[in-house]
Amino acid sequence: MKRLLIAVPYFWLLALFLVPFLIVFKISLSDVALARPPYFPQWQFEEGWSALTDYLRALDFENFWFLSTDDLYWKAYLSSLRIAVVATFFTLLVGFPIAYGMARAPLEWRPTLMMLVILPFWTSFLIRVYAWIGILSGEGYLNQFLMWLGVIQDPLIILNTNVAVYIGIVYTYLPFMILPIYSALEKLDESLLEAAEDLGCSRFTAFWLVTFPLSKQGIIAGCFLVFIPTIGEFVIPSLLGGSSTLMIGKVLWEEFFNNRDWPVASAVAVVLLLILIIPIILFQRNEQKNREAEG
Amino acid sequence: MMGAGLFLSVIFSGDVMASVAANQVFAPWNDPKETPLIEFRGVTKRFGDFTAIDDLSINIYEKEFFALLGPSGCGKTTMMRMLAGFETPTEGEIILAGQDIAPVPPNKRAVNMMFQSYALFPHLSIEDNIAFGLKREGMPKNDIADRVAEMLRLTRLEKFARRKPHQISGGQKQRVALARSLAKAPKLLLLDEPLGALDKKLRQDTQFELMDIQEKTGTTFVIVTHDQEEAMTVASRVAVMDHGKLMQVATPDRLYENPENVYVADFIGDVNLIEGTARKTGEGSYEINWCERTPPLKSTSDTVLSSGQGCTIAIRPEKVSISSEKPEEADNAVQGKIIDIAYLGNLSTYHVKLANGQMVKAQTANTRRISRRSFTWDDDVWLSWTATAGVLLKG
Ligand SMILES: Nc1ncnc2c1ncn2[C@@H]1O[C@H](COP(=O)(O)OP(=O)(O)OP(=O)(O)O)[C@@H](O)[C@H]1O
Ligand SMILES: [Mg+2]
Repeated sequence: MKRLLIAVPYFWLLALFLVPFLIVFKISLSDVALARPPYFPQWQFEEGWSALTDYLRALDFENFWFLSTDDLYWKAYLSSLRIAVVATFFTLLVGFPIAYGMARAPLEWRPTLMMLVILPFWTSFLIRVYAWIGILSGEGYLNQFLMWLGVIQDPLIILNTNVAVYIGIVYTYLPFMILPIYSALEKLDESLLEAAEDLGCSRFTAFWLVTFPLSKQGIIAGCFLVFIPTIGEFVIPSLLGGSSTLMIGKVLWEEFFNNRDWPVASAVAVVLLLILIIPIILFQRNEQKNREAEG
Repeated sequence: MMGAGLFLSVIFSGDVMASVAANQVFAPWNDPKETPLIEFRGVTKRFGDFTAIDDLSINIYEKEFFALLGPSGCGKTTMMRMLAGFETPTEGEIILAGQDIAPVPPNKRAVNMMFQSYALFPHLSIEDNIAFGLKREGMPKNDIADRVAEMLRLTRLEKFARRKPHQISGGQKQRVALARSLAKAPKLLLLDEPLGALDKKLRQDTQFELMDIQEKTGTTFVIVTHDQEEAMTVASRVAVMDHGKLMQVATPDRLYENPENVYVADFIGDVNLIEGTARKTGEGSYEINWCERTPPLKSTSDTVLSSGQGCTIAIRPEKVSISSEKPEEADNAVQGKIIDIAYLGNLSTYHVKLANGQMVKAQTANTRRISRRSFTWDDDVWLSWTATAGVLLKG
């Protein structure tokens, strides 16, 4: 019975992660073809074992080799990483004060505040990103507002730049940053800060020596939760970014649907996954450490 | 309840009595020329419409070991927190070393507090917790290490120096909290139930350590405790509080022997309370009518009562003698039946019911083996005490 219970998550992992991954990996080893599906070789069960060995012989790492020769790809990976790092940093910058304010708010307010943070999830992500076009475009609300204030004379060009991408990412992923930090800060015992002050800390040093280290796990968790999906982000750069915005998610999309080069697109996806595995493992470690510290 | 009576009689008979007597020499509160280190002047603290501290005035002197005693929720922690700077008085002022401390933030006060909840930093090891305050002072590294080692030794935590707070027991945490507050050697140390989680042996040892530290460093201690024995053992003076009000401040022996009101008499140790009306018979001597069919009780008193005034005699059980025959020369003698006997090893407490239903406790030392005890359940016995044995209280 116990084994069965343990088997459930493994089965889950197998069905929803490992099998799709293997399929994608297999495609990444094939060659592009004008066919349906658009790659070669193919193998059906009824063809039997001898066909299988032929099939396996036809597979190669050519596509991965191709990725390394065309600098578009590694530039896109690097650019994605850079955008993800910068965006994560800004999300933290915005998210931490919000989480801190929530954790310090009167107890009866907290559920409402929490609700407000989660509320955006009730509408479609796509619609919310679209809404930003209306805000950021040349004649969008932001520019109208700033010109009405007289801060600027000519509209700012924000839409279709990396700035818009950052704004979109920070906005979209903010709750993922806020929630883990909030849950760390909420657990923080007020008397610890009093003790720190009692022992000679100013408010600020007490924050730095007590609040910050005790919310570190939450900060790390929040950063990973933003960073990991941001690297492969596709919707935000294609809607808000411009032609100069280079992100691997966008490249992947173009390979699949514009070029119909499934094998190369699959290779891009496999490499992306390999890149993501590092932060995912680090994230899991952090969570593990978190649990140990609590238990 | 039984236990309280037991230890108090032990304290006031044994060698601890000597230390109490020695403390008598140190009595700045009797010296009008002394200026107190801490002065509470009509301090009131309200949380919303709840009054936690009610018009409290207290003087605490330098080098005192001042104990706050009182039931849960009476405002002990609140008083401490006002001294440490985490609460401000709603009314009145607190003077520390001649200065109103209201505008001084906690980190600028020469006061350290040991929190009732310990408030150990969970992300720091035990030694780093202890070193925390020293580092803020900018003490040189070597000195910090020495001081931390000294504190670890004092609280017997050497083995746990590298552990994190969640890896040690409750009593050990309490000792870390104590060590951390002691480390900075502040002028005023506030200890909020510092020893509650320790076993008896360790608690006694730590009590003596505290007294020792106090003697060596001259630090002023204010200590909150639920444990009367502890308050009596360590304190130069004890304040008994109830519902945010001060009931009495006195040395432990005076508190026990001369309670000023029924609350204190009842709160400290074990006591018999007999209510009646006073009749003045001479200078400082009274007769108390307490029951219609029995002769009045005689008692001397420092408190001046008018004839016909309601009063209560408070008599400690160990001052009541028990006998089978009516004692000839006793000032007061009453008859009753033994309802219950509490055997406490070295002592026995007899619960005697008088004719009018009043219960009176009498305590005797067990100098003989239990099998040869003179009284048993349902025996009719006489209880007697002298006119000076009891304390006469108003109300
Ligand atoms: N921040 C606060 N808000 C409202 N009421 C409070 C607050 N702090 C304390 N009180 C109330 O003030 C009263 C005194 O509290 P305090 O903590 O001083 O009690 P205490 O004497 O230390 O009790 P214990 O022995 O249980 O620790 C209690 O009734 C408590 O509920
Ligand atoms: Mg308390």
